[in-house]
Formats: sequence, structure tokens, C-alpha cells
Amino acid sequence: MPYQLNFTLVWLHFGRLAWGLLLSLELAVLAIFAGTVLGLALALAHVSGGRAVRTAVAAYVECIRNVPLLLLVYLVFYGIPTVIDLRYNAVTSFVVTLSLYAAAYLVEVFRAGLLAVAKGLTDAGKAIGLTAWQRLWHVRLPVMLRIVLPSLSNTFVSLFKDTSVASVLAVPELTYGAQWINFNTFRIIEVYLVVTPMYVVTGYVILGLLRRLERRLAIR
Amino acid sequence: MKGIDLIVQALPLLLRGLAISLEISGLVVALALVAGVLLGAALVYGPLLLRLPIRGFVDLIRGIPMLVLIFFVYYVGPAAGLDLGSFPAAVLALTLFSTAQVAEIVRGALSSIHHGQMEAARAIGMTFPQCLAWVILPQAARRFLPPWINSVTDAVKGSALVSLVGIVDLMQSIQQVIGRTYRPMPFYLLGAVIYFAINYTLSSASRRLEARFADVRE
Amino acid sequence: MTDPLVRMVGVTKSFGATKVLDGVDLDVNCGEVVTIIGPSGSGKTTLLRCVNALETYDAGSIRIDGQEVGFRDGPGHRPRRDRELARIRVETGMVFQLFYLFPHLTAVENVMLGLRKVRRMGRVAAREKALHWLDRVGLAARADHLPSQLSGGQQQRVGIARAVAMDPKILLLDEVTSALDPELVGEVLAVVRKLAEEGMTMLVVTHEMGFAREVSDRVVFMDGGRVQIAGAPNEVLRNPSNDRLRAFLARVG
Repeated sequence: MPYQLNFTLVWLHFGRLAWGLLLSLELAVLAIFAGTVLGLALALAHVSGGRAVRTAVAAYVECIRNVPLLLLVYLVFYGIPTVIDLRYNAVTSFVVTLSLYAAAYLVEVFRAGLLAVAKGLTDAGKAIGLTAWQRLWHVRLPVMLRIVLPSLSNTFVSLFKDTSVASVLAVPELTYGAQWINFNTFRIIEVYLVVTPMYVVTGYVILGLLRRLERRLAIR
Repeated sequence: MKGIDLIVQALPLLLRGLAISLEISGLVVALALVAGVLLGAALVYGPLLLRLPIRGFVDLIRGIPMLVLIFFVYYVGPAAGLDLGSFPAAVLALTLFSTAQVAEIVRGALSSIHHGQMEAARAIGMTFPQCLAWVILPQAARRFLPPWINSVTDAVKGSALVSLVGIVDLMQSIQQVIGRTYRPMPFYLLGAVIYFAINYTLSSASRRLEARFADVRE
Repeated sequence: MTDPLVRMVGVTKSFGATKVLDGVDLDVNCGEVVTIIGPSGSGKTTLLRCVNALETYDAGSIRIDGQEVGFRDGPGHRPRRDRELARIRVETGMVFQLFYLFPHLTAVENVMLGLRKVRRMGRVAAREKALHWLDRVGLAARADHLPSQLSGGQQQRVGIARAVAMDPKILLLDEVTSALDPELVGEVLAVVRKLAEEGMTMLVVTHEMGFAREVSDRVVFMDGGRVQIAGAPNEVLRNPSNDRLRAFLARVG
């Protein structure tokens, strides 16, 4: 029996997709903020710390990056509450997991960025009498952020796509919405014909906006 | 039951899952390598009529999450009347994703070779295949290998997602064991260690290669 | 006789196995312009960078107004820490060969940063002072431009304003025209000359022999990490008695 395309059922439940997309974006934004704070702290520690600190940061990065996100998600949601007396819901658990995941990738980005700041700029900062903290805040970080903005943009889009894994915890983001419609209407082709452009276009929009930000910061 | 006894009891099941994971990853990597190299080369050297659809394909695949691709390929088959079977469907989905990645890597590596190299090779009378084989590819290999090894680790990590379409890989066997023993942590940690062992070996190799290649100044 | 503003005695420094400074003695008096010339590798830039502690020195003494730059007072050769060095560096100003303007700040903001964060001036007062100095170097019209929108000569003049606005006791100039296109060198030298005439104490490393001859009070020739010859420009440059200096001048012209 040939498959007949029928979108009406999908449009009926489009709200799940629309709100799901919004939730996916929210999850990604939270994760990238938390991940940036943690990643930056770890990168700074790595760049200025001793051997013990560097090894610790490297260990963190390697452990997170070499393990599937799905496993990390399960571990944090199902595993941790059995050893520590902590209760949290699926969304919190996923955001924490994705933030830790994001931080591990961002450490590398920030580390490379910090090293790419011309030494002469730190010298110029020293020459006018800025302390180490002042040099970091007023010279090294602003210059580094402009250098790494392209990598940051790509990481953000990646994280946005990774939010699809939240569906395994029944978090009602976009992929969960798609699967719900799939299971309840059997309109598999239609729903994914709608969801695919939703992911792709959103990714491009995010990149476009961040490229505009890049240009504005570079010339101002 | 003591933790270590549980693990020993569960070991056969876990190892079977690991074997499936490795089988899937291996197939995906091999298929994606062949397809990705062809598509990547076409993106650099092919005619516009070929480049545009390939570009569209690559951007499309890379714009959606791996999980979405897996779900789509898995569920669309039966719906469209084509019964693929879960294992082939999973392999197909992962291969599509990995191919797009490899194609990008190949494209990047090939286009980073200065066009003067091709011109010089042509100038001494080499045919296109000879240029590729003796001049372009040896140089491109250096820029290809480290990121390609990263895509291999991505494939291994991505294979964990097939547990969600009913394939009893390492991830799913862990879930099954936990379902029976109600002791999640030891097994999640064990799973993490196994994945870590595989991927860390790969990424260290990639880093060592990168360091070696950096010495060769062009 | 008043003590010199900067007194360097027996300054020694090695980079690994290479001895870059081999016992340098040099004084700079208040209001003096001292120019250091010499072949590359002679240690002149390293010496300059030791004065404002961008480089450490292994042995010897560098005192600015009596205060030792690299080491703390008291027994033991204890190197100064970053906080102390920051306070010492306020007294010196440095202009770099590659300008090193902060790329994310406009010209006036570049000059204001030190005034606000180190001299603790309020925003209005700092901007006023920064604009004053930008005007003195001829760039008042470009105050709100980013470094990427300025020519090399203009960037370097902003660099000079940034250093001088801090009211340093001594200005250190590290080959400030070497990275400039020939036609832009003049505008920068003109600014430096004006500052010298107004009484700024300067220690200058340069290849510009014309500048060395016309603006310096003293010229110092360094080679192999030591001061080979020092004296008034006429003595040193016109009829060099030192062989190495003669060879150097013949090469540089």
C-alpha cells in the first residue's frame, strides 16, 4: 500500500513542535552559559596553573569528551541520585549534564584563544601598570573572546543539536515532540519533513546572528 | 550481592553488547570513509552540477541531530513499505551522518593544498589521477588524518544512540543489566570506562599524529 | 650633584646558555635623552625591557629614583612580585615597536585605560586628559577610531600618548619607528622630538641615526651585551674611535 502524505495531523499537533523547539533553544542557551563560565575558569586554571592543575583539567576534559552524551545523561539522571542524596527533575539533570559536556569542549576553545592573544598586548598592559587581574579582565579576555567567537558559534549550534538527547528523559523538546507525533499519528515522514527544516533553519539562523555579532565586535 | 560479583555476572552480556557496538562502529567507519572520500573529492574537483547536490546533502545531514536521523531512518522504512531491519537501519543512519562529516574533512584537506601543486604536477605531464595519487593526496593525508580520527570517535560515541531503537549494543546491555540489578552507578561507570578506553586511545593517536605532522613545515 | 633618575650597575642576564647582558653600567639623568644604538643581538632591547621589569635580570642593579626594580629590599635576592612590579611600572612608560594598541578599544579608550584603572581617575577627567594627549600627538580628530582604522604612524602616536598620559618619570622607546613605512617615520619622530624638547626623560633604542645625532644628549653604543662606548653624539658618531662602532656605522649609514 503506497504511503499517502497527510500533513493535517502534524499541523494539529504543531504546538508540540513549536514549544519543543523553544525548549531546545532554552536548554542550549542555559548549557552554553554555564559551560562558558566553567570552561573559562578551567581554561584560565590550565593556562596559569601548575602541573597538578593542568593534569586535573585535562583529565576532566578527556573523561567527558570520550564518553557518549547519552551515557552521561543517564549517569547524571539515574545514577547520581543513588549515591548522593540529591533529587532533581529531568530538565535540571539534562541542563547540568549538557553544561558539563559543553565546558569540556569549550576549555579547548578558550585555551587556544588565550594563547593566541599576542604577548605584546600583555606587555603593553604591564607597561601601563595594570595588575595581572586587570590585564586579564581588560585586555586578555576581551581580545580572546573576539578571537574565539567563530568557534563559539559552531559549538553553540552543536549544543543545540545535542539537546535532542534530552528526549530520552521525556523532556518535551523538539525531538520528543516529533517522536510523540510519530507514535500517536504514525505520520513519520510528514513529521520529520517538518522537523528537519526546523533544526536546519534554526541552526543557520543562529550562525547568521552570531556572524553578525562577530562583525560588529570586530569593527564596532 | 557485592558490586564486583554483579559486574562479573553481567560481563558476558556486556561483552556481547560491546561486540555489537564495535561491529556497528567498524562498519560505519569503513563505509563512511569510502563514501566520504568520494563525495569530498567531488566537492573540490567536481562540476557544479555535482557539487551543488552534494553540498546540499552534506549541509542537510550536518544540520540535524544524529538522533533525529536515526529515528527517521528507523521508522520510515516500515512506513514506506520497505522493511530494513533495525541493525541495517541504524548502520545506514550512522553512515549517512559520518559520511557527511568525512566529506567535509576531505574537502577541507584537499582544498587546503595550494592549487599551484596541481599546476606543477600537470606541468610535468601527469594525468588527473596521477596528480591526486602522487602529489595531492600525500600532502592532504596530513591534514586529513587527525580530524578523521576524531570523526571515528564521534561514530563510536554516536553508536550509543542505536540503543534507543532496540539494538542491544553496549549502551543497551548496560541498561538491561541495570534493569535487573537496580545498581546503576557501577555499570554506568564501567560503560564510561570502556567507551573512554576506546576513544581515548583513538584521540591520543590523533594528537600524536598532529604533533608529528606539525614538524613538517610546508 | 643630583643622583641620576635611573642608575644601572653591572646588569647581567642570560637566556639559557646565551649571555645577553654582560655587566651593563648606564645612568640616565632627569631630563636627559639617552639613545642606545648597536647591532641586533647586542642586548639593547633586553636592557630596555629590564628597566620596566618586562624582563628579569639575573645580577646587577637597576634603580629608578633609588628604588630597585627587579628585587625587593632587604637580605636575599628576592624577585619582586607582580603587584609590586605593577606599581613600579606606573613610573615608567614604554612605547613598543609593534605598537600593541588594545585592538578592542578606540584610541581615546586605549589612552584612558591606564588613567582609569591604574591612576584611578574618574571617567570624565580621564577622557579629558586622554584627549589632551591625543591632541598633543596630533590625533584629536581620530579619538574614537579603532586601531584597525588607523595607519601605522597614527597607531604609534596613540601608543606614545598612552605611555605619556600616565605621567611617567622616564619614557622607554623600543625601536618605535622600525616597523613603520618610511613615509610615516617622520610624524612619529617629530612627536618624540617635541617631547624631548619639553624635558621628558627618555631612554631610546633606535636605528634612526639622524634622531640619535640631533635629539640625544648622550649616545650609547652596545655590542655583545656590554656598553662599548658612551658620550655626546658628536664624540661618538662623528669620529668613532671604536672599531666595532665604526663597522656598525658603516653598515647602518
